[in-house]
Amino acid sequence: MAKLSKLQTATLPDAVLDRRQAVPALIERPGDFLMVAGLAGTAWELSALTHESPSLFGLGGAMGAAPMMALGLALAQPKRRVLVATGDGELLMNVGALATIALQNPPNLTIICVDNGHYGETGNQDSHTGLGVRLDVIAAGCGFPVVHVINTEADMAEGRRLVREGGGLSFILLRVTEGPATHDGKKNLVPHIERDRFRAALLG
Amino acid sequence: MTNDAWPDAVYDLLRANRVTQICYVPDAGHKVLIDRSLADPDVHSVPLTTEEEGVAMVAGADLGGQRAVLLMQSSGVGNCINMLSLTQGGRFPFLTLVSMRGEFGEGNPWQFAMGQAVEPVLKAMGVIVLRAEQPSEVIPAVSAAITMAFQSGQQVAVLLTQRLIGAKKF
Repeated sequence: MAKLSKLQTATLPDAVLDRRQAVPALIERPGDFLMVAGLAGTAWELSALTHESPSLFGLGGAMGAAPMMALGLALAQPKRRVLVATGDGELLMNVGALATIALQNPPNLTIICVDNGHYGETGNQDSHTGLGVRLDVIAAGCGFPVVHVINTEADMAEGRRLVREGGGLSFILLRVTEGPATHDGKKNLVPHIERDRFRAALLG
Repeated sequence: MTNDAWPDAVYDLLRANRVTQICYVPDAGHKVLIDRSLADPDVHSVPLTTEEEGVAMVAGADLGGQRAVLLMQSSGVGNCINMLSLTQGGRFPFLTLVSMRGEFGEGNPWQFAMGQAVEPVLKAMGVIVLRAEQPSEVIPAVSAAITMAFQSGQQVAVLLTQRLIGAKKF
């Protein structure tokens, strides 16, 4: 049977953090941000974390959209801090977006990649990052001025600081173990309702 | 309007209608618009690595209260298909200007498959298609598309046809 081998260049330690604690601990007070969350785990967990705040646009499809939606939003709202949470699978689908975003360099944007190394929604297949592809190195190579990897609890404080204070366009790789994202039982994210709600809250 | 005046007029029209984010994968047919966006201090000029990035960015701009336009070649329409489920499902205003290849007078056989598929693909994903065949048709078409997108919340593509922009010479 065919088996994929871990890359010989894979040097990061095994993930130890549980996303159900790590994501809320990193974001802390979601009300301070405009947020976009990609399918699927990150959209569910931010939706639960914010109790469906109108400041969150969560995606249930259009895989690969979240980082670029956040760019459009960050450029349009330069006085607000914008967070995008995206999984490793979604980010890999449109990894060129990192190059596009780095060229624009919006200082109010932070990308959080919740990297569990797996395609959690489709049978938990290994993703490229799970086999050693380094999204933090890709982000640095694209020109992100701030790149931070969270492997353990000891890396969280700096991550929290970056999310709050920025210091420039930031890429945070939050490495978590396999396992389900927090889900509050909601059945579906309805995109046109989310859009109307988000705009009404932000723009009046 | 002469054949070299309409691109500047399109840029002025977009700006007069408060478009402030202009994203694109470069194409010769959009050269003037791209150059003017890069020279415009009041515009975010955003080169993309693939056109579908632009579909998502246009939606994000709308969330933040700005107007955006996606400039692409016909081949790029194929790269956008699944991302247009965001546009349609979210009922985001969407305006794209598509410079056409693979039709009138095309000399590169690789361009035909996607060029001929542009209209059915866009329509299948809920995007209304307008065509400009002559210089005199460009401003009315883009003007109509701006109203349809930003006033009526529709998803609209204006095809800048190969008869308009001329077949690429090899």
